[in-house]
Amino acid sequence: MSAVLPGARARPRLLGLSRRQWRTTLVAYLFLLPALLLLSVFTFYPVGFGTVLSLFAYNLRTLLGLEPARFVGLEHFRALRTDRFFWIALTNTLQYVLVVPVLQFASILLAVAVNRRLRGIAWFRAAYYVPVITSMVVVGLLWRWLYEQDGIINYVLLSLGVIARPISWLGNPDLALYSVMFVTLWKGLGYYMVIYLAGLQAISPEYEEAATLDGAGRWQIFRYVTLPLLRPSILVASTISTIAALKVFEEVYVMTGGGPVFRTFTMFFYIFDVGFQKFDFGYAAALAVILAAGIMLLSAANFAVFRRGGYEYY
Amino acid sequence: MAPRRMVGKVGLYLGLGTLALFTAFPLLWLLGTALRTQGRVFGFPPPPPWPLGLDNFVAVWRTLPLPRFFLNTLLITGAGVGANLLLCAMAAYPLARMRFPGRNLVFFLLLATLMLPSHVGLIVNFVTLTRLRLIDTYAAVVLPSAVSVFGIFLLRQQYLSIPQELEDAARIDGASELGLWWRVMLPLIAPGLAALGIFEFVAFWNSFLWPLIVLKSPEKYPLAVGLLYLSGLFAHNTRLIAAGAVLMTLPIIAVFLFTQRYFMRGITLGAIR
Repeated sequence: MSAVLPGARARPRLLGLSRRQWRTTLVAYLFLLPALLLLSVFTFYPVGFGTVLSLFAYNLRTLLGLEPARFVGLEHFRALRTDRFFWIALTNTLQYVLVVPVLQFASILLAVAVNRRLRGIAWFRAAYYVPVITSMVVVGLLWRWLYEQDGIINYVLLSLGVIARPISWLGNPDLALYSVMFVTLWKGLGYYMVIYLAGLQAISPEYEEAATLDGAGRWQIFRYVTLPLLRPSILVASTISTIAALKVFEEVYVMTGGGPVFRTFTMFFYIFDVGFQKFDFGYAAALAVILAAGIMLLSAANFAVFRRGGYEYY
Repeated sequence: MAPRRMVGKVGLYLGLGTLALFTAFPLLWLLGTALRTQGRVFGFPPPPPWPLGLDNFVAVWRTLPLPRFFLNTLLITGAGVGANLLLCAMAAYPLARMRFPGRNLVFFLLLATLMLPSHVGLIVNFVTLTRLRLIDTYAAVVLPSAVSVFGIFLLRQQYLSIPQELEDAARIDGASELGLWWRVMLPLIAPGLAALGIFEFVAFWNSFLWPLIVLKSPEKYPLAVGLLYLSGLFAHNTRLIAAGAVLMTLPIIAVFLFTQRYFMRGITLGAIR
């Protein structure tokens, strides 16, 4: 702000603000009010109350006001230690995160491939993006059909001689989780491609030209010039992708329902089950708190790995 | 063109084409299944998609409560997109163009929601909406996501790019605070509004988990929940469910193809900046 004019000092000030500044403040908060109100009720408050809820025995009867909530302290968290389903869900969820590096690497390669002026390139990009905007229910139903014993995937693999007999992709306990992960990969590819495409277009072509003049080959340019400069995008995309993988639910719900023999039973699936099928909200909140801690931990890990050159973008 | 470059180009197109087949084929298979009027869907070798016809679409529209689900989806999507456009445009405005005490705090609070995992809200929001006696209403579906922090950031970016001179000129012309926002600022952020609108359209149209939780009566289901519900009831009739799935997906693909440019910009604005 510029220097205070001598005359302005004479005006009455309240809490150090002039009348005009008060007006601006009032107008600003009027504009913000509806959004802040909704966010307070449905976004800020749930984070705090969710944590409190995890310390209480709170079920459907409590919700309906038939009995008071009972404080149980850390009992829910202690119960987790011997909860078989919690450990199964946790193991599956951590395994699911393995999809992240594969998905990110594939998306980067794809973005590099489509980052050029080429006749019809927009159509190719659109084709890669269509799975992103398709409803997870449609995608789940569709892949359930493709994965059928006498479905098209088995037919193609049989014809190519890759497999000897039809495989039950979603019914085989050793394969089900990977089959679901493959769908996540298929659906996410286009989304991350666009993020990396934006990152690539922010890189000045001079770097790559300089590397070419120095005699670098295509792979060397990718490895030593493009990838390091892409770090900010990798940080953003891998963080989003990790959070999404830890929260995986809809794929599982539509395709396998958690089976076979709990091999696709993930943390979020368990939270849904405890919260909205058994209506044990206190225990579900405790599970959610654990998952939230895990998400923040892995996000922090992402930052630690890809931090250099990434911070300024936040 | 040199032969080597020619070969390289053909190879590139082949690669891109194969990948396009990989991403688009499942949806084409879905379309094929929906158009197949007779016979099996599965089996070796896969049955051909003919005889082709629109019978399945007619049947699924007539015999199942699909029109009802469509109407519900339109209602939920319309309310959700409208609320987001208005509320985000309002909230982003002072954050971009006014100086007032507490601005940084508000900004930080918003930023924090992007980092905090949102799923904790699932349980508590259900409790809150039950207390408000809103369970099994459309309001329960829309309210928790009626304003998106992503949208506020996206539009703030747009407001920031408007030159100060324009604002000053409007003020000198005597525009009121509300008039300045509505008549001068909003038209100038139209590209951002378009991007956010398309984004929220896809999100609300496809939303599934939350409506599944807060809606109890099937006649209030949106398409995504309704489709899954029907697929349970009509497990034997793949062709019919496929037709429903195609009907649900067509509007999204149409909107996407017509607005690709805004769409791509929306993602990059939201994700990178």
